[in-house]
Amino acid sequence: MKNINNCKIVEILDLSDEQLINLSIKNTLSLSLTEMKAIKTYFQKLNKNPNDIEIETIAQTWSEHCKHKTLTGSIKYVELIPVNNSKNGKLYYEKKNRIYKNLLKETIFKATCELNKIWCLSTFVDNAGIIEFDAENGVAFKVETHNHPSALDPYGGASTGIGGVIRDILGVGLGAKPIANTDVLCFGNKNVKDSDIPKGTHHPKRIINGVIAGIRDYGNKMGIPTVNGAVCFDNSYIANPIVYCGTVGIIPKSKIKKTVNQGDLILLIGGKTGRDGIHGATFSSIYLDQKSNLSAVQIGNPIVEKKVLDAMLQARDLELYTAVTDCGAGGLSSAIGELANKTGALVHIDKIPLKYYGLKPWEIWISESQERMVLVVPKKNENAIIKIFKKENVEAVFIGEFTNDKKLKLSYHDEMIANLDMDFLHNGLPKPILSALYTRKKEKQQKSIIIKQASEIGKLIRILLSDPNVCSKEWIIRQYDHEVQGQTIIKPLQGSDLNLDYGPGDASVIFPYTIIKHTKKGIVLSNGINIEYGKISTYDMATSVIEEALRNSVAVGGNIKKMALLDNFCWGNPNNEEVLGSLVCAVNACYDMSKAFEIPFISGKDSLNNEYSVNNKKYSISPVLLISAIGIVDNIKNTVTVPFKNPGNLIFSLGVTRNELGGTIFSKIRNINEGVVPKVYPNESKKIMNGIYKAICNGLVESCHDCSEGGIAIAISEMAFSSRKGAFINIDDIVTDKNMTISEKLFSESNGRFIIEVKPEKEIEFIKIFNGTCCSKIGYVSNNENVIFESKKSMIKVQESISSLLSAWKNNTF
Amino acid sequence: MTKCKVLILRTAGTNCDYETLFAFEVCGAKVEKLHINNIMENKRKFFEYDILVFPGGFSYGDDIASGKILANEIKNKLGDELREFSLSGRPIIGICNGFQVLVKMGLLPDPKLFKQITTLYYNDSGKFECRWVYLKVLQNSNCLWTKNLPKIISLPVAHMEGKFIPKDKIVLNTLNTNKQIVFKYTTKDGEHLPNYPLDPNGSVEQIAGICNKDGNILGLMPHPERFIFNIQYPFNINLKNKYGLGKIIFQNAVDFVR
Repeated sequence: MKNINNCKIVEILDLSDEQLINLSIKNTLSLSLTEMKAIKTYFQKLNKNPNDIEIETIAQTWSEHCKHKTLTGSIKYVELIPVNNSKNGKLYYEKKNRIYKNLLKETIFKATCELNKIWCLSTFVDNAGIIEFDAENGVAFKVETHNHPSALDPYGGASTGIGGVIRDILGVGLGAKPIANTDVLCFGNKNVKDSDIPKGTHHPKRIINGVIAGIRDYGNKMGIPTVNGAVCFDNSYIANPIVYCGTVGIIPKSKIKKTVNQGDLILLIGGKTGRDGIHGATFSSIYLDQKSNLSAVQIGNPIVEKKVLDAMLQARDLELYTAVTDCGAGGLSSAIGELANKTGALVHIDKIPLKYYGLKPWEIWISESQERMVLVVPKKNENAIIKIFKKENVEAVFIGEFTNDKKLKLSYHDEMIANLDMDFLHNGLPKPILSALYTRKKEKQQKSIIIKQASEIGKLIRILLSDPNVCSKEWIIRQYDHEVQGQTIIKPLQGSDLNLDYGPGDASVIFPYTIIKHTKKGIVLSNGINIEYGKISTYDMATSVIEEALRNSVAVGGNIKKMALLDNFCWGNPNNEEVLGSLVCAVNACYDMSKAFEIPFISGKDSLNNEYSVNNKKYSISPVLLISAIGIVDNIKNTVTVPFKNPGNLIFSLGVTRNELGGTIFSKIRNINEGVVPKVYPNESKKIMNGIYKAICNGLVESCHDCSEGGIAIAISEMAFSSRKGAFINIDDIVTDKNMTISEKLFSESNGRFIIEVKPEKEIEFIKIFNGTCCSKIGYVSNNENVIFESKKSMIKVQESISSLLSAWKNNTF
Repeated sequence: MTKCKVLILRTAGTNCDYETLFAFEVCGAKVEKLHINNIMENKRKFFEYDILVFPGGFSYGDDIASGKILANEIKNKLGDELREFSLSGRPIIGICNGFQVLVKMGLLPDPKLFKQITTLYYNDSGKFECRWVYLKVLQNSNCLWTKNLPKIISLPVAHMEGKFIPKDKIVLNTLNTNKQIVFKYTTKDGEHLPNYPLDPNGSVEQIAGICNKDGNILGLMPHPERFIFNIQYPFNINLKNKYGLGKIIFQNAVDFVR
């Protein structure tokens, strides 16, 4: 290999297929043979060998992480649907085929286009999706994943995950002001035995503590409240924890459009560049193993990013730049490559400020060092913009300019070290056809669950409340400053009295009064996630979590007519046709639900290859889809919380309870392997959700809670102990579609259900709204210390004290 | 009547500046946020303002110790001007990180001495904590910021280093004799010593906020700027009253200047 200007020539022109693949593996390029061959052909035409910086640029740009090759790729999809032969009763599979040229475009994007909501200001094109807040402002929302880094370095991985998604918000349009963070995490169980930990991975305890500390330190120091989240536990996440980080921002409508012109300067601001985060984009595009390099994880510094935020927004408001993007995966190579897509650019690598000496040009160019943003500055603003950053002690250096030759040119100390066609870089990636197979499982109703002892049902309620997936996350939430900026008016923990303990909330509401003066509006934020349903039916998991996200928002006062969704897929290796098959199935579910509920997706993310390989054994995750919902609340006074308000008030249950115990917490605890996974009935749900919005706006709702994990029994318990008020529930009044036992009624996790507290004098008005839907009075709030579930028909009375329910939920062993 | 002018001093890591600005604005003041670099250019700039505010946040990341770097920076570069400003009787407030800054440069408890004799140390829980607490408002204090407040109020706290510790018994006695202790963590009825978490950090004598002897400089760990509207209160409230109790604190200073 020759070494010119610190760049090595990579001899590729004469390599065999095998050698090409070896080269890709050796240099963590994470490219397939087809892709390597396309690169070879390109350079053959140019009649030269590439050097390291050129090939690295291509690898970053073409990485799964940056290009989302799978979701935007061509897929041959086969779905097998189990059918019983009507003649002999035997089970056979019906085959359904479909070929996708671009999976996302034909599903989720398509739904958004077809719904064509005028209040969607930016969807799927920028660093975040944007919906309208009011006449002048939009709300931007993005959720990212940072799974691979958090597996290697929990603290660093999680904190730079937060840092990264905040920069997405800073880099949307001309920059939005971040106002809230959300975090959803999946871990292995805390009590897992050391011997069950695959070699080379951290124990879940270490991962949990590291991740939470990382989120805490970065979020708190940025001064962005962490207002919403969820934590799930399952041992498939031991080697591959899942870390979702989301940020919401406010952006003036006039600042959404970016423009890049020939002659504009490239300004790099924020952190210096170092060796941290090299190959982040490509290493996260393949599975992890013991050799995975820790240096792929970046090192974060929230205060540097805070300075960038403060200074950048000033420059934005003075209109000193015309486009901005963040340095995320692939570092400068991706950021500038994207901005210069239509123009071309010349970048002087030697001008980039470094943390320390000794970096090779290619390392500088692809490093993912944190807290860096790239601004597009018209020449006339050269001096003015530098002054702003200087005053805020933010490093800001011009490193090149945009050209019109549609080429990416890199120079290092006055010598040209790279010259690539933008067209090849962005459109030269060959599209392979992947195969996907999804076999629907035949669901079977479980045997009737009959528990005759009231005390046993009571005990089960307590066990469910203390399950790691249900129990209190107060110890985490309190460490996050969820009130900084003063705008969190519906908070993640809710109670009735400062003196007493709190319970969980369904969604958070932000009242952005410090940024948008005199507004009455709010922003509602919620999420839906479930890992158990997916083990039985991917489709139903996907539809259920979409419904759950909506339900959570509706429960606090959200309006589904002004709501948008983000998808976030974490899956295993997409080269496995069954893994890809279940992904396609989930994507289809998103399309179906988006259309049925008329709620658009505005942005999304996928993280594939969540797999760990050691000693020829592969550990893959249970697929998980996080759905995040964001909506606009017209008047923040029309919001409600979970805790009961007053004894004597009536308790209503909305929505039909069905015999759906497949994948429920109850079934998990009772080791029941059969059962139907909860389905979504969009027409039923929509009517109820619209009704609740109306009821809340009319002041008819005292408290509201959605029924999700654990069913009615858990929802009622949470409303009771968070208010320290008792409740009486008549189980016989719970509306079901078929005959169900007491336990089935109490613990079914059917979607589309809410528990609502209404003042007796408002009963008639309330019921009127729900004419034609399932709305049933099931009990009342009481003044005593107990939650009572009674069925006269079955002669059973379950009675649990609020304090015992509360202490179960607080689960001190956790 | 000229408008009361408020300066919010900002630096890297300040993050409660927007809501603090709003709090003063809603009380009728004209508020500016300035980076400390702006003041360095013109050290007399302080005197263009009636009220000086050290807002919450993580100045310089709270590296070394909370508020320490900013405290040193101000004391070494702007110490004379700040001391003069404070002794002129103009209101100064330090909230959370701002309180930590005031204490660590020694503007509190005694601006004449201008030496650190108290500190704010790691919470007993060892954790960052964000929660609402009850505060007893000590009625005998002559602090201009705390007039018209009810005997017990609630405000949110959000900090990791909020445990107030005086250097010794003498300092503590002086604080008591001079009626410089203005807020104490308390129970709902205000009659009992609070346990964790109502006492969020284990401060000596449950001290949550202090002022100087003259009563123009207030430092407190809780965040009154997060309780400007009643709707920010997490529990059942009477929405007929638009404003929250936190507003009174800011209104006091604005009215004082007028």
